[in-house]
Amino acid sequence: MNDRIGVRKTHKMFINGKFARSESERTFGWTTSDTKDSTNICRASRKDFRDSVLAAKNAFSGWSSRTAYNRAQIIYRCAEILEGRSAQLVEELCAQGLNPEDAQLEVRQTIDLLVYYAGWADKYQQLFSSVNPVSAPYFNFTALEATGVVAIIAPRESGLLGIVSAIAPTLVGGNTCVTLISEENPLCTSSLSETLHTSDVPAGVVNLLTGFRSELIEQFSTHMEVNALIYFGEDKDEITRIETNAAENVKRVSICARRDWEYESSLSPYAILRTQETKTTWHPIGF
Amino acid sequence: MTIENHSQNTQANWTYDPAPQSIEHVDIHDSYELFINGKFTASKNGSYRDSINPATEKTLTKVAEAGVEDVDLAVEAARQAYEGPWSQMTAAERGKFLFRIARMIQERSRELAIVESLDGGKPIRESRDVDIPLAAAHFFYYAGWADKLDYAFPGRQAQSVGVAAQIIPWNFPLLMAAWKLAPALATGNTLVLKPAETTPLTAMILADIIREADLPPGVVNIVTGDGDLGKQLVRHPGIDKIAFTGSTTVGKEIMRALAGKDKRFTLELGGKAANIVFADAAIDQAIEGIVNSIFFNQGHVCCAGSRLFVEESVAKEVTQKLRERMETLIVGDPLDKNTDIGAINSFDQLKRIQSYVEIGQQEGGDLYQSNCILPETGYWHAPTLFSNVSQSHRIVQEEIFGPVLAIQTFRTVDEVIDKANNTPYGLSGGVWTDKGAKIFKVTRNIRAGVIWANTFNKFDPSSPFGGYKESGMGREGGVEGLLPYLKLTPNTR
Repeated sequence: MNDRIGVRKTHKMFINGKFARSESERTFGWTTSDTKDSTNICRASRKDFRDSVLAAKNAFSGWSSRTAYNRAQIIYRCAEILEGRSAQLVEELCAQGLNPEDAQLEVRQTIDLLVYYAGWADKYQQLFSSVNPVSAPYFNFTALEATGVVAIIAPRESGLLGIVSAIAPTLVGGNTCVTLISEENPLCTSSLSETLHTSDVPAGVVNLLTGFRSELIEQFSTHMEVNALIYFGEDKDEITRIETNAAENVKRVSICARRDWEYESSLSPYAILRTQETKTTWHPIGF
Repeated sequence: MTIENHSQNTQANWTYDPAPQSIEHVDIHDSYELFINGKFTASKNGSYRDSINPATEKTLTKVAEAGVEDVDLAVEAARQAYEGPWSQMTAAERGKFLFRIARMIQERSRELAIVESLDGGKPIRESRDVDIPLAAAHFFYYAGWADKLDYAFPGRQAQSVGVAAQIIPWNFPLLMAAWKLAPALATGNTLVLKPAETTPLTAMILADIIREADLPPGVVNIVTGDGDLGKQLVRHPGIDKIAFTGSTTVGKEIMRALAGKDKRFTLELGGKAANIVFADAAIDQAIEGIVNSIFFNQGHVCCAGSRLFVEESVAKEVTQKLRERMETLIVGDPLDKNTDIGAINSFDQLKRIQSYVEIGQQEGGDLYQSNCILPETGYWHAPTLFSNVSQSHRIVQEEIFGPVLAIQTFRTVDEVIDKANNTPYGLSGGVWTDKGAKIFKVTRNIRAGVIWANTFNKFDPSSPFGGYKESGMGREGGVEGLLPYLKLTPNTR
């Protein structure tokens, strides 16, 4: 009997809830570290980014006005789905050079991180909101709201945990996002997209692009509909460029390091606060 | 001076006798020096700038202009105070200094109010009842935080940041100084403050208070000068944190200047707030709210409700009542206790407002101004209304920072929310309706940091203030107001 011919998976991006190739039809070659198979990864264009921002912008009012309980369940659902896909994710991480033990640990930590943030969805507001004792007859309260559309430049060094620990706090807080997955570790993109897709994350809430940081960083930092940018890395030139461009529409920029995505050090409600605004409302007390 | 009331719908035609605030006990010095390392010192280059009373165009005094060397000295003094006495002191002691400053502002409140009105042109009623009491309250509020910081942010230990550069505008001179100083000092930082060049005088009195309060030298340094001085401060390598209140244009320049420098900053920038009146609102109260939203402090307010949206069915009524109410506003001598609208802060600002009024007319807006009699000398602008304008008009899009209101109408809640949010700004907003559910629907959907429902332009030290989008980042006031001045590290488990 002949060996069965395997069915290979086409790597795609995730834009507005759809599995998409780059509109530019460009790809870049990628060779797996373990089996030395070569594969093609989508190389996102500026247009792909703009399309993603539009999707994220359109999805914002729906996602941010979901109940916190509902967002919690959807993020918890992501953890459930990832749990079932553990083997596949381990395989993908191994193909990106991790040994099986480390890959397994990273997958478990990623799932646990999602559970952790799912639990925050209906609690961080209670910790960081306040009723303010103003010295006049007014009811005055401060509550948190999502910043809006968030562009995320995911860490280069991690193919799964780094991506999810960047996205999860943003998502829990009611933001929508466009994430650039690093060209060094792009293989989990499809599995992550499928997870989001089957977890009732509404279309456009999370958009995942693969491509070259050097090519897209300008667009990520200059787009006028992007309200905040989270950058993972330590490249001085990139940081200066991002922060200079961010001035154009007063984007909130968070520069994050390794400790901000590694499992234990990244678990924090303060990660949610990166993309929160505080709104203070006044109303007179009287008749 | 007698100002006649031109009200069209009331029988009584009131006249008001002058009610001048006595300025006898106020002593304005011939000149003011920089406040560096606890001492009043002349600037190294020996230059001065006149401070003008915008109501009379007369020179009040002259104020030292700091140069590069002075900035270096101020930053150095702040650094030494930070590493020395200020960080060695217990937090409770630090707090007591702030309580002391709050009390001394209260004690000298009348003097401060008068000088604020003389130097900046705002009505004495406002400087006396709003600016100065709120400034004292800010110090009092943050004083109490000094030794309680570990309770402010759960799971985190709070540490000071270092030396802060604080740059403030001319619209609320002492109040903005208090907003900046109080949280910075309570959290253990030292600072260099730069007041605006047109309104430095109350900051110099504050310097005197700080000296009399025996604050360790160098904890607070005050340097006076214009935007170039601000630029030097922002770019100074000895500064750890920048706090700026002013225009969005300058805010963006600051962001660019700080790019890649790993420095903390907070920005409180411009605004173009929507003030929304629904048909079910208490209309007479709303009229008072509209007047307060746009004519408070001559409209020199970043959170002013400069875009009025009125539900179509009551638009006629609201516009008519608003015009009648505008006729009763007394424009004139800031030191008269009856004055509602004082002098425009500077000649430049007056020109800017006038140019926007011209633009509004050129673009086809219908102009209405109250029939007030403006004094002959000084900088004045009549309360101004524009109707027949749309979202694309420049006077609807751009911040004017003067007593100029643009009125538009709407039919549905969704429509007005869209219109309200159709701006790069997001500082504040207002909603007038008697329906509670509608208030929450609208206040939630306006993308802005401060929303007033059935009120407007209210401020309190415990109430965070600051913007979404291009209106800035970071908050001043409340617990959030501590955050810009703290480094948070995880509690060791």
